[in-house]
Amino acid sequence: MSVALFVPCYIDQFYPDVAIATLELLERQGVDVVYPQGQTCCGQPMANTGCADQATPVARRLVELFADYDQVVCPSGSCTAMVRHHYADYFEPGDAKYEKVRSSTYELCEYLVDVLGVGPLGTPFPHRVSIHQSCHGLRELRLAASSETRCGSVPDKMRQLLEGLEGISWATPQRSDECCGFGGTFAVNEADVSVAMGRDRIADHLAAGSEVIVAGDMSCLMHLQGLIRRSGTPLSVMHVAQVLMGRPLPQHTTLSHS
Amino acid sequence: MSASSPLPVISPPRSTGAHAGPSRSAAAPLAHAAQPVVHDHPAMARDFVANVQRMHWHDGALWFVRNKRDAQASSIPEWEYLRQVASQIKTSAIARSAELLEQFEQNAQRLGAVVHWASDAQEHNRIVYEILRRHDVHRLVKSKSMLTEECHLNGFLEERGIEVVDTDLGERIVQLRRETPSHIVLPAIHLKKEEVGETFHEHLGTDEGASDPQYLTEAARQHLRGKFLRAEAGLTGVNFAIAETGGIVICTNEGNADLGTALPPVHIASMGLEKIIPKLEDLGVFTRLLARSATGQPITTYTSHFHGPRDAASELHIIIVDNGRTELRQSETFRAALGCIRCGACMNTCPVFRRSGGHSYGATVPGPIGSVLNPSSDSVRHKSLPYACSLCGSCTDVCPVKIPLHHQLLAWRKEFGRRGLLSIDKTLPMRAASLLFRRPRLYRAVGRLARAAMRSLPRALFVNRFNLWSRDRELPAPPEESFSQWYSRSRK
Repeated sequence: MSVALFVPCYIDQFYPDVAIATLELLERQGVDVVYPQGQTCCGQPMANTGCADQATPVARRLVELFADYDQVVCPSGSCTAMVRHHYADYFEPGDAKYEKVRSSTYELCEYLVDVLGVGPLGTPFPHRVSIHQSCHGLRELRLAASSETRCGSVPDKMRQLLEGLEGISWATPQRSDECCGFGGTFAVNEADVSVAMGRDRIADHLAAGSEVIVAGDMSCLMHLQGLIRRSGTPLSVMHVAQVLMGRPLPQHTTLSHS
Repeated sequence: MSASSPLPVISPPRSTGAHAGPSRSAAAPLAHAAQPVVHDHPAMARDFVANVQRMHWHDGALWFVRNKRDAQASSIPEWEYLRQVASQIKTSAIARSAELLEQFEQNAQRLGAVVHWASDAQEHNRIVYEILRRHDVHRLVKSKSMLTEECHLNGFLEERGIEVVDTDLGERIVQLRRETPSHIVLPAIHLKKEEVGETFHEHLGTDEGASDPQYLTEAARQHLRGKFLRAEAGLTGVNFAIAETGGIVICTNEGNADLGTALPPVHIASMGLEKIIPKLEDLGVFTRLLARSATGQPITTYTSHFHGPRDAASELHIIIVDNGRTELRQSETFRAALGCIRCGACMNTCPVFRRSGGHSYGATVPGPIGSVLNPSSDSVRHKSLPYACSLCGSCTDVCPVKIPLHHQLLAWRKEFGRRGLLSIDKTLPMRAASLLFRRPRLYRAVGRLARAAMRSLPRALFVNRFNLWSRDRELPAPPEESFSQWYSRSRK
């Protein structure tokens, strides 16, 4: 069984510890995982802007890179959804390599729960945690039930994993799955609305008594973290892989130099 | 449907001067004619978002409605099944629309209605005017009809000397203010009750400073009663037209459609051709979904069935309007949007709509469904709308007829790309990014340099008013090593 790690571009460049934590988490589960070099981006920024011609070669590169692996694991619901649900436009119908990568790419929590069937990890994480449901993981991959739908009991994969940590406690925001306002290029195209959405989310998590917002997508957290640091709000953000590895809470300092 | 309540109501700040550019035009009185050719959603949303208190009020009011909808959806165990069935009925009705519309026409005629066909807004307005002229009508009362908003009927008739009174309370409020509705179900949701009080004081003579909802509603009721009694014709929208019976169904909360059609001898019902459903038994699926999705009520207060004219002395005219719908029907990608039952649930749930207000969309139908429909009639004018969306997908999950709204918004972006409609500030960065992402060594080198620059060069180079990311947000702290550098160093 060959398993490849698919690391989104912004995680590679700005949040390497998220990828390291993902790698360590998988290795701890006994998965022999490799990181194929030469990875860049899945093409989502181009695709979501409408630039199909620019997205196509990037999507095809990714498929070439991963086509020879049995399984591909990605610590992002959004990039996984891009491959699983939005790649068809960039390939010939029935393209075998594309079909293979599409059906063998998993978001991290989904992989841990559905493929590996991991039980409680027991890692200590004595903090008050609130979950931010990243939209693409929620409504494209259905990693949990969205608040709009009435599909009966659908397990929340991220929460299920987090509940297996020792000492974890919960803070519950009033709006369980409202978008944070990142939205890729939306964050700059519609900067005013994006920022307003982010601030509202942060206020909700803060009022719930959260110490740390946890999400499956670092891109949402990059946006929220940017707002948190600018305003000096006493709240941290962590990717679920970092939490599952029991990483310490980041310090509340503004890391940007001035 | 008409479920408008004037309260709680909020409006975009009516600041004058500060943003007097073309982007302000949506908030200007009856501004469609003065709007720029290319409409820019973020610019038109700016003032609304900047007034944080008001924006939060608007957001809270609509979120309250969304919560009521959730509670109602939970009350029906087969909710998701109902949505699925509704979607299937609509899909089938759209596919068979030609046959069903003819069947409807025959059955409606058999019941004594006169059926007219209008290929576009102009033809619709001409038909309405002809009917009114033939009956020497000078005073028309209207109940809620987004189609007549789409056709700009009021202005057309007023220019020809006909008094048009919108009788839905929310619509009457915006009509008195010479504004357009900001929401298809809650037309005055952008207004505060104090502003409604001012408007009523000015137009209806209510006490100055009075803002008690009950007092204002009673004043509107008395005012409208006079209009109903003097009206010579009544115009309504249509929520559902049933092919097998030839009947039409109109859903309101205020009973204004009933009063407006029960008194005058002429009833004109304007319907988009997508309102057709095959059978009476299909109706129950939609009436169960409509009000629950729209306002979180189990059903609208009035669900009125019309089968031909009221009596031998009355006339019922049904105008079936295309106005771009057949063209939309040709599109594999966007066809499903014709299934929309105009419940407004996508607006209530949309985090962008709640924070930018309906007028920022600069179109009759705002919000997610509006952003799908409007580009089909004018893709240049409305090309910013599919980008007024974070692709969160909440609209898709809330839609009672399962229109894949956020995927259609994404599809519009791709369509703009194919048609060469994307501006250079969108295409150029994506060209650059694509070039970079095709060259892994270059990507790594640029990443390394950029991170080093962010660490060592003055902050002002990255955090300034030209950088829309860092205007309100810190940039991520750049690490010395990327993951791929770390991996090469530690795992090889």
